[in-house]
Amino acid sequence: MDALPAHMRPERSFQGFILALQRFWAEQGCVILQPYDMEMGAGTFHPATTLRALGPKRWNAAYVQPSRRPKDGRYGENPNRLQHYYQFQVIMKPSPPNLQDLYLKSLAAIGIDSSLHDIRFVEDDWESPTLGAWGLGWECWCDGMEVSQFTYFQQVAGVECAPVAGELTYGLERLAMYVQGVDRVYDLNFNGRDGADKVTYGDVFLQAEQEYSRHNFEHSDSDMLFKQFVMAEEACKKYLDAGWKDGKREAHLMALPAYDQCIKASHVFNLLDARGVISVTERQSYIMRVRELAKACGEAWVHTEAGRAV
Amino acid sequence: MPDLLLELFSEEIPARMQAKAADDLRRMVTDKLVAEGLVYEGAKAFATPRRLALTVHGIPARQSDLKTERRGPKIGAPDAAVQGFLKATGLKSLDEATIQRDPKGDFYVALIEKPGRATIDVLAEILPVIIRTFPWPKSMRWGERSAKSGSLSWVRPLHSIIATFGPETEEPDVVKFAIDGIETGQTTFGHRFMAPASISVRRFEDYEAKLKAAKVVLDPQARKDIILADAKELAFAQGFELVEDQVLLDEVAGLVEWPMALMGSFDAEYLTIPDEVIRATIRNNQKCFVVSDPKTGKLTNKFILTANIEATDGGKTIVGGNERVIRARLSDAKFFYETDLKTKLEARLPKFEQIVFHEKLGTQAERIKRIERLVAEIAPLVGADVEKAKRAAHLAKADLLTEVVGEFPELQGLMGKYYALAQGEDASVAAASEEHYKPQGPTDRAPTDPVSVAVALADKIDTLVGFWAIDEKPTGSKDPYALRRAALGVIRLIVENMVRLPILNVAKSAMAGLPAKGDAPKLPADLLSFFADRLKVQLRDQGARHDLVDAVFSLGGQDDLLLVVRRVEALGKFLDTDDGKNLLAGTKRASNILAIEEKKDKRTFDGAPDAGLYKLPEEKALAQAIDQVKREAGAAVAKEDFATAMTAMAKLRPAVDAFFDKVKVNDDEPKVRENRLKLLNEIRAATRAVADFSKIEG
Repeated sequence: MDALPAHMRPERSFQGFILALQRFWAEQGCVILQPYDMEMGAGTFHPATTLRALGPKRWNAAYVQPSRRPKDGRYGENPNRLQHYYQFQVIMKPSPPNLQDLYLKSLAAIGIDSSLHDIRFVEDDWESPTLGAWGLGWECWCDGMEVSQFTYFQQVAGVECAPVAGELTYGLERLAMYVQGVDRVYDLNFNGRDGADKVTYGDVFLQAEQEYSRHNFEHSDSDMLFKQFVMAEEACKKYLDAGWKDGKREAHLMALPAYDQCIKASHVFNLLDARGVISVTERQSYIMRVRELAKACGEAWVHTEAGRAV
Repeated sequence: MPDLLLELFSEEIPARMQAKAADDLRRMVTDKLVAEGLVYEGAKAFATPRRLALTVHGIPARQSDLKTERRGPKIGAPDAAVQGFLKATGLKSLDEATIQRDPKGDFYVALIEKPGRATIDVLAEILPVIIRTFPWPKSMRWGERSAKSGSLSWVRPLHSIIATFGPETEEPDVVKFAIDGIETGQTTFGHRFMAPASISVRRFEDYEAKLKAAKVVLDPQARKDIILADAKELAFAQGFELVEDQVLLDEVAGLVEWPMALMGSFDAEYLTIPDEVIRATIRNNQKCFVVSDPKTGKLTNKFILTANIEATDGGKTIVGGNERVIRARLSDAKFFYETDLKTKLEARLPKFEQIVFHEKLGTQAERIKRIERLVAEIAPLVGADVEKAKRAAHLAKADLLTEVVGEFPELQGLMGKYYALAQGEDASVAAASEEHYKPQGPTDRAPTDPVSVAVALADKIDTLVGFWAIDEKPTGSKDPYALRRAALGVIRLIVENMVRLPILNVAKSAMAGLPAKGDAPKLPADLLSFFADRLKVQLRDQGARHDLVDAVFSLGGQDDLLLVVRRVEALGKFLDTDDGKNLLAGTKRASNILAIEEKKDKRTFDGAPDAGLYKLPEEKALAQAIDQVKREAGAAVAKEDFATAMTAMAKLRPAVDAFFDKVKVNDDEPKVRENRLKLLNEIRAATRAVADFSKIEG
């Protein structure tokens, strides 16, 4: 790598850290995407993963995705819990034979030396009930800390993956905290500068954490959200119905806009859940409803240009 | 004789699956070898996070030739039969067959010789099948080939296979086969970080040695020994003691190929958290061992982790990283614990109104109310203070809603005890939070404090009666609500604490509070027979005679499990004596004769015999003995003195023996015959004072 200015080094700045990962995966042939422009609970929801994991075509991509977990808000008072944080997501289809080695090299690229650190692959079966997806893989541990999730997708949106895609998810804040040696996420150096020029993670996000925690737990408009859920659900179904070319279930022309509504429904559900207005029994049925949407979108996707066999 | 070396090298195998996988591999390969007529001398399998390995030594180089004879048609049989025979045996003509003489007509016999195959060829055939059908609990597809159906499934991506076969003194051959593009060879790899280069191996001996040189300890037991010895040493060096944990040791040995124990510490302020919470935090989340101070028996602020590398800085960074994580985890745990202490247990209870226990059995709140009602009824029977028992039942489940139990479900009950003590509850009331879940299994202790016993019984009986009412009884191997364990728990609570509990009545009371009634009239009796079955299983497991349980329950109205057990014990002892065995034989003989005659006459022989019809002294003696035994045994049973009842029963034996010796039951005179049959019936009736002898085996 070219000599980086000190403030861009991954162990000095949060943004340098992200850039180092992007650069590493770009060199492995991934397209570097920008975050998807919708609220979602995890980088896996990005259509570049959920939908692109399906179908026979090669697909290698990496991107940062802001992840919204309304329930995890702590009003900015917890040193490492956030309702909004960043995931770095890599997807490679088919999974290359050296994916583990690539992952370890990516750690080296952000300053984690495997002769000094204890890096481990600990069993973790991944399952997303809302996405109708599952896979096998590991939590990746560095010195006892979970820093990434490593999954070989077996099924997504109810569709068997053929071929299987490998997915890596890095928890960026947590990794950066370790590399920078800070105990409180808000103390992360965001821009790698010192003194008056220094911008911390807290400078950027503390107020947002406080405001969104208030919103998520106390003030979000449940009536509106319940309606939004139903609207998104109906719109998703409507677009899916309308998308079948000539009304025949052979080719689909609107899988992506339909899937946006599925993402929307999922996030609205998370907001309602954080607000505590969904009972235990209802909870299950909401998850089922989102899954049904995800499955129908997956089914549509494999009938689109990018999703089907040529 | 030659040896086989097999290694399946993959990405990280889940720790919990390794031991069984090694065992399955050994079993599957050796079973197949034996089925192919290849008897081996020994086999051993190993697992590390990245490999399954198997060595089988002393396998013959070839199968022996197989000779079989096949019988053909008779001489002079029609041509079609002859042609069929030739085709099936592969003979060219009948000249190649021999003729076997037989009085019923001579016939052709074909001698078929099947030459044995080279073992290496047999291996090349069986190993791929074993790999393809390997019973992983969960397996997956990967890579390019997963685009096509029928691609290999393995626990995680499989990278290479070693399969060599050959005698000790020579260069072995590779057992050649390929699975999903992976060709067998002689190459493996060392430790992922410390010696990642490829290694070429010949047979097990150099394989194991070369792996060791490449920082891989192949044998899981050796890894465990290293971790345990090093961990103990680290603790000892500081004057502390390792808190040993076999389950954790098994797991961490499955997470490393080159174990390095390291000691870290945490801030002593966290020692204000209960030891169990510290241990659960460090063990479950971080897979580290905790350390105690032998002077106090309490935990100290140290922990031991097992790393997978010898780090270039001696482990400083690794320890530092783990300390950071453990500090954050303990800080969460402390926060949870202190938050929990701020809320009284009873203040949590209203939330149970929103939590469904089972959709047909109402909410947790309703269930707690039922248990409280039931415990009030049970408490006096077990010598517990009713108010304390009710209070204990009221609070016993409250800790399920605490933060710590939410985080560590295995601490349920225990946390309830701590929180109850912290809010000043009576010691027995607090203890019941933890103890009412017991006994959890055959090795778990049953509680003895009367308050705990009462709540434990009420809790389990409510569960049993509830699931009986909604017809969710265990079937076969399915017992999702652990009802067998609950019933066994009830039995042990009763027997070990010598509790007199009329199960039928208690079950009826328990039913009264249920939202679902089920088959109400039959339920208590149904449940009782479930207890009888559990009791049988338990006695069988203890090596006691379980058929006696039926003999006692068959008397009817036996719903006092303690008495049932005592009766069974006394009966068992009696049947071990000569008197017992002979009386059992005599009673069975009487029953058999009666059964035959009752069938013949299509009537029973109930009712008292007529003393005036006795002709022989043995009849009179028997009648007398029966009277005496009935009286004495009856009186003893009434006093629940079953040993004395059995001793009384023994007095029946000489009279019964003498009767069968001297008296012919089927007298020619019908009235005498009838009277004698009535007398036999009396024997059966007399023995029923203690048990139904007809249900006893042997």
